[in-house]
Amino acid sequence: MPDVAGVARSYPFSPPDRLNLDPLYAELRRVEPLTRVRLPFGEEVWLATRYADVRTVLGDARFSRAASVGRDEPRLTPRQIEGGILSMDPPEHTRLRRLVAKAFTARRVEQLRPRTRQIVDELIDAMVAAGPPVDLVEHFATPLPIQVICELLGVPFADRHLFHVWSEAIVSTTSLSPEQIQKYLDNLYGYIGELVQQRRREPTDDPICAMVQARDEHRDRFTEQEVVQLAAGLLAAGHETTVTQLPNFAYVLLTHPEQLAWLRAEPARVPTAIEELMRYVPLGVASAFARYATEDIEVGGVLVRAGEPVIGSLSSANRDETVFADPDRLDLGRETNPHIGFGHGVHHCLGAQLARMELQVGIGTLITRLPQLRIAVPEPELTWKSGMIVRGLARMPVAW
Amino acid sequence: MSTGWRVEVDAGRCIGSGGCVGMAPGHFRLESGLAVPIAVVVEPTDAVIDAAESCPVEAITVRGGDDALIAPA
Repeated sequence: MPDVAGVARSYPFSPPDRLNLDPLYAELRRVEPLTRVRLPFGEEVWLATRYADVRTVLGDARFSRAASVGRDEPRLTPRQIEGGILSMDPPEHTRLRRLVAKAFTARRVEQLRPRTRQIVDELIDAMVAAGPPVDLVEHFATPLPIQVICELLGVPFADRHLFHVWSEAIVSTTSLSPEQIQKYLDNLYGYIGELVQQRRREPTDDPICAMVQARDEHRDRFTEQEVVQLAAGLLAAGHETTVTQLPNFAYVLLTHPEQLAWLRAEPARVPTAIEELMRYVPLGVASAFARYATEDIEVGGVLVRAGEPVIGSLSSANRDETVFADPDRLDLGRETNPHIGFGHGVHHCLGAQLARMELQVGIGTLITRLPQLRIAVPEPELTWKSGMIVRGLARMPVAW
Repeated sequence: MSTGWRVEVDAGRCIGSGGCVGMAPGHFRLESGLAVPIAVVVEPTDAVIDAAESCPVEAITVRGGDDALIAPA
């Protein structure tokens, strides 16, 4: 191993390089599946890299998120991670999750598919009317998820320029100063707080109103702050990730022309292809949200002591050669694909079905309607975001 | 037990996320990576409704004694 035994490695292991995963993950899976790492901030932590171990860390109730509260949690940002639903265990977590889960079920999301198709078609119409080159990030990947989440939550689309800017606070590490992050979060919470008050005065038929009503009926079960934080989280997380993944997926397809040609000939396989892209693209620059052991537990042949934190790497688990044949190869037709790109356990992405649907419709329509789609600049000229917890393109000029 | 509820997990849809096991540990467990109900017929309880309504892929159904769908609603 390249490091001295017993010394924690810096994590992430290297600065993000486009969508490439550091080869050290594969080496660790082979020889040191549980290893000590140190993130830019917070206490030293174990890192699990094998699929089975990551699932244990995320899925076993003996690993707690609630126990992170009050600890110097390992993290990529100077700010302490704020409580909220991601720092809770059942049954407190269940209480909040249930409040919003209904709005994101597979069935509810299917009802949004026709409208999503319409939005996608309108965006492509506008791209075609403007003519190439067009920045896919600004004119396709950004407005699509924002419009869908606005309509789902009942948030005015006209306010997108405000809350989209503020939402960067939840994915920023160093792209914003700590003061800016605080200011953006204050703005976002203030904005949502106002929407909450509006619904108290004039009830509407949307998830935010359902949350307000649940809060008002059971004032002992939910605090006002919990409702506002949760709604803000839905709005921000409900689009930032998909805004980033749409160009990532388009980039991977356009740089794997043989795979893309196969998919164009097999449009019915788009859902399978989206699952493979979820597996293959390491969205996070690093995994975080450490789980704290509530008792001594063996993971990857190492005894994790009660009270010690462990991070499970989703990106590494999704490349585990004992689960996925030829894991570093993009195989859009991959049949057996139990990836954990949306996480695992009680904190499994609430919006997974929504994201899947948007990615299926968005990517599927894009490659069908624009058969000559290509990146309009030489690949090395593409600019990638930095100072964020996610990997993604800052701009993606395309032509067709 | 005519008033009991019937809990089912569709093994074809379950992704083994384990959310139900976390939310209702007395009612679900993971077996070979997939969720299964510990008992198919249960006394009415919010715990199984919570699990069914929070399942990310709606693999869990809860039905009443008259076979009417109770959750997901």
